[in-house]
Amino acid sequence: MTETLESPLALVAELTHRCPLHCVYCSNPLELTSRATELSTEEWSRVFHEASELGVLQADFTGGEPLARTDIIELVHSARAAKLYVSLISSGLPLDEGKLGRLVLAGLDHFQLSFQGARAETANEISGTNTHLAKLRVLDWLKQHRIAVTLNFVIHRKNIHELEEMLLIVEEHAPGCVEFASVQYYGYGLANREKLLPTRAQLDRCVKILTEAEQRLRGKTRVVFVVPDYYARYPKPCVGGWGRKLMLISPDGVVLPCHAASVIPRMRFENVKKRSLRGIWEDSDSFRAFRGQQWMEEPCKSCDRREVDFGGCRCQAFLLTGDRAATDPVCSLAPARGSVDRILRELEETKNRVATDSIGWVYRKNPA
Amino acid sequence: MKPELSAVPRLAPGVRLNEKSQKERILLMPERALKLLGPSLEIVVRCDGKHTVEQIAEALQKLYSKAEPQRITDDLLDYLARLHDQRAIDF
Repeated sequence: MTETLESPLALVAELTHRCPLHCVYCSNPLELTSRATELSTEEWSRVFHEASELGVLQADFTGGEPLARTDIIELVHSARAAKLYVSLISSGLPLDEGKLGRLVLAGLDHFQLSFQGARAETANEISGTNTHLAKLRVLDWLKQHRIAVTLNFVIHRKNIHELEEMLLIVEEHAPGCVEFASVQYYGYGLANREKLLPTRAQLDRCVKILTEAEQRLRGKTRVVFVVPDYYARYPKPCVGGWGRKLMLISPDGVVLPCHAASVIPRMRFENVKKRSLRGIWEDSDSFRAFRGQQWMEEPCKSCDRREVDFGGCRCQAFLLTGDRAATDPVCSLAPARGSVDRILRELEETKNRVATDSIGWVYRKNPA
Repeated sequence: MKPELSAVPRLAPGVRLNEKSQKERILLMPERALKLLGPSLEIVVRCDGKHTVEQIAEALQKLYSKAEPQRITDDLLDYLARLHDQRAIDF
C-alpha cells in the first residue's frame, strides 16, 4: 500500500457503559464494561491530548450515558483544552440546569439529545424507564445556552408512525439539526430485530414525510435521515471506512475502529493503557485489517463502488454471513443478499402476527 | 436562502474556527469539519456579527482586485447561502 494514511477526524469516547436507560436497540456490546475497569480522569485527559496530536478534530462523548461520569465537567474541560470540538451524545439524564451551565462553561460545543419517541408511553416503553418528560425539560434548558443542539430520534417499527409528532417537537424547539436514525442491527438491536424492523410500507411513508420536512425546515433545522440499510441498494460506508476517519475508545481503554467491532472474532484490539493512540492508529493489526482493498473479496474487489462504500460494514458481514471479509450482505450485489431478502420477506408475511405489544423485548442491562 | 446585502451574518451556535495555533484553519460544527482556504477563510472570519454582507463583498473585492466585482458578490451570496443551509451561519 503506497497511499498515505490520513489522520482520524473523530474520537468517539465511550466514557462509561453505565446508563439510566435500557433501550432495546442500544449499540453497546451485549457484554458491558464494568465501572471498576473504566479509564480515570487523567487517563482520558492523556488520550485527548494524544488524539489532538494525531490530528483528531472532534471528541464525541458517549456511553452508556456520559453524564453518569461524576467527572464529566472535568472531562469536557480537558478535551477542550486539548483543542478538540466537544459533543455530548446523551439521554439528558442525570442533569439539572446548574450542571448544564457548568458543562457549557467548561467548553461544551454541542449537545445531542436522544428521544425514544414523540409520545411518553412509547418512549418510556422503548427505554424501559419513565424519562420522556425529563428529556423535554432538558430541551427547554438548552435554549438558554449558545451551543449547537441536535435532536436524535431513533426510529423503528414501533415508533415510526409518530414521525409527524416528532417533527412538531422539532419545529417547536428549532434545533440546528435533527437526526432520524433508523435502528442498526447490532447488539441489542439485533436481539430485538423482529420487533424493530420497519415494514416496506412504513419506510416509504417515512421517506415521503422526511423529504417534505427537509424542504420545509431548510435554513432552520438540518434534517438527517439514516436509512434502515436492510432496505438499501448499497451498503453504508460504515464509519467512513475501517480505520479511515474514526477511532472509538471503550470505557476500559480498548481502541476499536467502530462501535460493534468487538463482535468480530480472532481480532486483538489494543488498549490505550498499553500503547499510544498514534501507534494503534498507524500500526496495529486491528486497524490495518480492513484498510485499503487487499482484504476484499469479489464482487467488492473489482467493483466501481469500492472507494465509495469500502465493502460496507465488516461487523454486519460477519454477523449475517459468518465471514468477516464478505461483501456486506445488504448490498444488492452481495452473494449473501438472499439472507437479508429472506428476513424482509418473513417480516411481510408475519407483520400482522408479530406482537406489537410490549411483551418480549430484550432490554439493555447495566454493567456490574 | 441567499442573504440581503444589508444582512449581518454570524456563526451559528456551536460553530467555531479551530484554534489559531493549529496549522490549518477549519470550521468546526456538529459531526462536520470544513477546511477553509483562501476566500472561504476570508469570508468566514468576517461572519462575526459585525460586518454586513455588503462590507464583506467590498473587503473581498479589495483582496481579489483582479476579479470582476459583481462576480465576487455573486459567489459570496452563493457561499453564504450554502453555509446557511448547513446551519453553519445565521443572518
